[in-house]
Amino acid sequence: MFAYILRRLIYAIPILIGVNLITFMLFFMVNSPDDMARVQLGAKQITPQMIQAWKEHRGYDKPLFINHNEEGISMLTETLFVTESLKLFSFDFGISDSNRNIGSDIQERMGPSLAIALPTFMIALITNISLALILVLFRGSVLDSTMMILAVMIMSISGLFYIIAGQVLFSKMWHWVPISGYESGWNGISFILLPVMIGVFSGIGSGVRWYRSIFLEQINQDYVRTARAKGLSELRVLFVHVLRNGMLPILTGVVVVIPTLFMGSLIMESFFGIPGLGSYTIDAISSQDFAIVKAMVFLGSMLYIVGLILTDISYTLFDPRVKL
Amino acid sequence: MMFSLLWTDILVWGLLSVLLFFGWGASRSEQIKKQWHAIFKSSIAMASAIILFFYLFFTLLDSVHVRFAMEPTKTKSEQVQYSEIVSLLDLIFAHNIQSTERTYSAPFATHEYTKSIIVDEHGVTKQEYLPLKHISKKAHSLQKSFIAVMIGLAISIMFILVHIFWRSGKGFKNEFKLIMQGNTKLPWRTAYGMIIFLIILCTWFYMLSFDYHVLGTDKVGGDVLYQSLKSIRTGVLIGILTTLIMLPVAILLGVSAGLFGGWVDDVIQYLYTTLSSIPGVLLIAAGVLSMQVMIGNNPTWFETTLERSDLRLLFLILILGITSWTGLCRLLRAETLKISQMEFVTAAKAFGVGRLTIIRRHIIPNLMHIILISVVLDFSGLVLAEAVLSYVGVGVDPTMHSWGNMINQARLEMARDPMVWWSLFSAFVFMFILVLAANLLSDRVQTVLDPRNKS
Amino acid sequence: MNSLLSVENLSLTVGGEKLLKSINFEIKQGEVFALVGESGSGKSLTSLAIMRLLPEVISVSSGDIKFKNDSLFLLPEYKMQKIRGKSIAMIFQEPMSALNPVMTIGEQVAEVIKIHLGLRKEETKEKVISLFKEVLLKDPTERYNWYPHQLSGGQKQRVMIAIALACEPDLLIADEPTTALDVTVQAKVLKLLKKIQVQRNLSILFITHDMAVVAQMADRVAVMRYGEILEEAECNIFFSSPQHPYTQSLLKDAMHSKEARERLRTPGKLLEVEGLKVHFPIKKGFFQRTVGYTKSVDGVSFSIPKGKTLALVGESGSGKSTIGNAILSLVPITEGTVKYEDQDLVHLSALALKPYRRKIQVVFQDPFSALNPRMTIGDIIREGMVSLGVVSKNRASQDAKISKLLEKVELEAEHMHRYPHEFSGGQRQRIGIARALAVEPELIICDEPTSALDVSVRTQILRLLQKLQQESGVSYLFITHDLSIVPTIADEVAVMKEGKIVEQGSVESVMENPQHPYTQKLLRSAPKLPI
Repeated sequence: MFAYILRRLIYAIPILIGVNLITFMLFFMVNSPDDMARVQLGAKQITPQMIQAWKEHRGYDKPLFINHNEEGISMLTETLFVTESLKLFSFDFGISDSNRNIGSDIQERMGPSLAIALPTFMIALITNISLALILVLFRGSVLDSTMMILAVMIMSISGLFYIIAGQVLFSKMWHWVPISGYESGWNGISFILLPVMIGVFSGIGSGVRWYRSIFLEQINQDYVRTARAKGLSELRVLFVHVLRNGMLPILTGVVVVIPTLFMGSLIMESFFGIPGLGSYTIDAISSQDFAIVKAMVFLGSMLYIVGLILTDISYTLFDPRVKL
Repeated sequence: MMFSLLWTDILVWGLLSVLLFFGWGASRSEQIKKQWHAIFKSSIAMASAIILFFYLFFTLLDSVHVRFAMEPTKTKSEQVQYSEIVSLLDLIFAHNIQSTERTYSAPFATHEYTKSIIVDEHGVTKQEYLPLKHISKKAHSLQKSFIAVMIGLAISIMFILVHIFWRSGKGFKNEFKLIMQGNTKLPWRTAYGMIIFLIILCTWFYMLSFDYHVLGTDKVGGDVLYQSLKSIRTGVLIGILTTLIMLPVAILLGVSAGLFGGWVDDVIQYLYTTLSSIPGVLLIAAGVLSMQVMIGNNPTWFETTLERSDLRLLFLILILGITSWTGLCRLLRAETLKISQMEFVTAAKAFGVGRLTIIRRHIIPNLMHIILISVVLDFSGLVLAEAVLSYVGVGVDPTMHSWGNMINQARLEMARDPMVWWSLFSAFVFMFILVLAANLLSDRVQTVLDPRNKS
Repeated sequence: MNSLLSVENLSLTVGGEKLLKSINFEIKQGEVFALVGESGSGKSLTSLAIMRLLPEVISVSSGDIKFKNDSLFLLPEYKMQKIRGKSIAMIFQEPMSALNPVMTIGEQVAEVIKIHLGLRKEETKEKVISLFKEVLLKDPTERYNWYPHQLSGGQKQRVMIAIALACEPDLLIADEPTTALDVTVQAKVLKLLKKIQVQRNLSILFITHDMAVVAQMADRVAVMRYGEILEEAECNIFFSSPQHPYTQSLLKDAMHSKEARERLRTPGKLLEVEGLKVHFPIKKGFFQRTVGYTKSVDGVSFSIPKGKTLALVGESGSGKSTIGNAILSLVPITEGTVKYEDQDLVHLSALALKPYRRKIQVVFQDPFSALNPRMTIGDIIREGMVSLGVVSKNRASQDAKISKLLEKVELEAEHMHRYPHEFSGGQRQRIGIARALAVEPELIICDEPTSALDVSVRTQILRLLQKLQQESGVSYLFITHDLSIVPTIADEVAVMKEGKIVEQGSVESVMENPQHPYTQKLLRSAPKLPI
């Protein structure tokens, strides 16, 4: 088990290097450090000396991939790509264009992101699975077919609509909850309520359909017939046998998402003015702050890989056939 | 007059001809014909397909771009001056482009939505709802509606009659009776109903658009109906072209990984794990930001803003393609692995059939259902994604008509009381109908083609 | 004896089509009643109807099932649940998938006890362990916490039997309980069932397609075809004087005429395999190092004479199919030689191999996965001919050859425009044979070509293969697990166990005077007809 996790972590390194390479190429190939300096300095008369000074200050004065001024291995290591990547691997995200430490910004903003993302995830998981089980219990009935049509409808509406409609109805017209904002602790619950509700509702269509198809696939398996032949009630068949086996495909889809919850939701956070990582990213994108975007890309990929490893580990817990 | 092709136009028409070519080829195969028959046996699928066809029609209408030679100006240049590039759709709705109001007006309104301060002839300042400039005041809307419905009915019935006539092998009357009783193999009755409804709707909207702003106007007085219609092209293009651009890559890599195994498999798996590990929106954002910088650095690349926004759309489609091939690739790899273990592949190997032939003859045909399902399934997701991306600021060019941009602009007016709802509403409804139709069709395609559903 | 279960005029329909047509039978206390039929005869549907576990699309259009004077169709669902597993228990064909893969076997047995008998925890566990003992599962206490994937097929079926017996049912429905098992395992499971039946005076509804199993197990027999019962009789009367022509032909097919095969005396060996080893690496550990090998085929030597048939017999996992693939150069060979007319095929390049591809062909076991569902029959047969350059490029002459081939395997020429799904299992197997014949091979490797087929179809296919051999002098390597068909088809036989050949020789000597204990065990285990 330990050896397995270690192996997976080592496998993760080339993937993260690849991720770095992609983002690095996207940013620096079209947007050289000189361009960045010019944009950042912003002054009307920019001298080459100023650019040079800025680059040195930021550590951007090395060549991108190959340093011809060096010998041997340092031809490769004394480059912008390697030094920048090493910094990321040691979780040193550097400073943003607005001269703030990105690392501490991220730490600060994880909390609010989780405050929205985690409840949304949990409530959605529970509602979707229970609704799907109910539909499977009444499969083929009028309830099932109408709910499925409803699910397609819910799926077909843009998520932005739910947010806008929710804000108009619950905040503007009925004044049940504040329209946006955030406060930590229990007082902040009124801020969280609406985004969580909207998050759950907008995912309900596709979620229920997905879980339902998983359970329906299980329902036709031989072991379910055995369970019925044992004289179990339909409820017990569903909740003991089908649910346990359905957990396996569900895990593949769900566990990988859990670590990325830290990244927050872009749209939700920016609509509701929540100071999380999602709105952080959006602000960075709109102000074209490459340092932050790069940090977020690295963080996101790392969390995704952690998710993949967690998925495998969760399999060993739920599926006796899988041994690491 | 001169035809002017944008990059995306070339892609759309190229794609359409490729599809028609394949469709023609496929129509000779009994098996494929039977499958499509099975899909369209459901009247929901038939109705959805017709709605999608109407959207496609507007897309195509908006994908023929022309430039008109301008009146020779007094400057003595030899060169003929051309006007802005316009599409056929622009020509049809020319009256709506010209009739820009000052500001917001509600659907079918005769006056502006907000009061303006005016000074009348007596020098008194008043707050008043100003009348709209471009509506006809003596319009008999009821009478006109009636005429519009009649015209729509006539047009659609003409189409239907031609179709029945073309189909009628056993005599026209007989065929007509069968269809009206709903006794045909395919649900033609539903199809005709849908066609009549949609054509009447179109003619009604169009006729009234001369007298009113049917769906209101936006902040700068632009006609919302026209904007919504223009946005169709953007949405449909993103939905279709993205999948079709990534399709060859996904198929090639997925099949190679599954069939060849070894280091090929390792490299391809590494590629798609890496790409899929980057959060999608961020990768798109990174790509679009880079492109913006590139375009900003080279302002001389484009003659017109239309060309610029078109190239930006194309680039967005490319980036979306890059981020979305991984899922399909993974599916195809797994399925190829499964198929390559099947005995008919072993039999082909025992005949010494080459690998490429095995891929072409045995593997790809057995993957077609997965590919088709993913194309229709991805379509709706991509249409919805466009709106979100535009909101984040990494979508299509802000000057381009798209539902995302419409929502984005109208969103700012939410705080206004009473609300300006029609822009948002139109964008959401146009998007909803397209996505719903696509989802319903993809559901049907899935039930028919997915072998697991056969019992 | 009074009747325990009686099925009266039972008819089932799906979408207007009749699946069962007015079935009548009775099962008495303590008897084994066998329902025999080929696939699609409706025998399994009958059992599901008794349990009221029919798929929702199938409806009961008429009739009644009486269990101890209760009309089962009139019971409310919750009462039916009390009958299922308690009074009527059932075991299924596929032990591999019939158990819940993520629950321990102990839990699965305990569940049924808990529901119906409501025992306390410790009592339940004790009872489960005593049941495991009764079905002769080794180390019952330890195995309580095992999962199904840790057990072999036979052991899983024993667990299924334990579940069925847990609440001491009056009636046990056994739906093809041994069909998926190897012959030696089948013998053990059947013996166990019979023992329990006698001990507990249990009634069993035994559903099977195998006449020999019926002869071993049943007291009374009913034969089904197309949803009807054709004949019902006491077991001994049934086998000595079958009434219905269909029954007679079924019995004849099951018997395998032992009429002597025409022994062609052609000298010369077509294929010689020597010291063949196929090992697959097992990778483990941190760097996926190869830590060992699965010795799928481990030093096998045999030869196939021209125009004759060698039967390769073995149970699942014995490596017999791997040998077939090795001869076709479809798996890497670790060691040894495969000589075709003195040419070693092992180290040939793909190109140099091509002429031999033409001479060695293959027919597969599964008629469903052997044909590409997206190709017409004509194209399927054409593929090999074109690839190996057997025919001219002229399409018309190809089509002419295809129609000739189709007629040769007793299909019709017009079938070439159809797709595989339109054909039955037996027809598909014929298409597979036509595909192999298309390149005029000298050796055909038949990899269990009949094991997925019904008895009557099996006989037809075997007859067809024999006819083709007599016509063209083709040799067969006939891979099978079924000893009973060996005398009909083969001249020589080799018995395989765990990658090695334990005994080989002429059919007469091996079948009548087996030397190796494993061969003896195989022959003993195979159920036999009483005649």
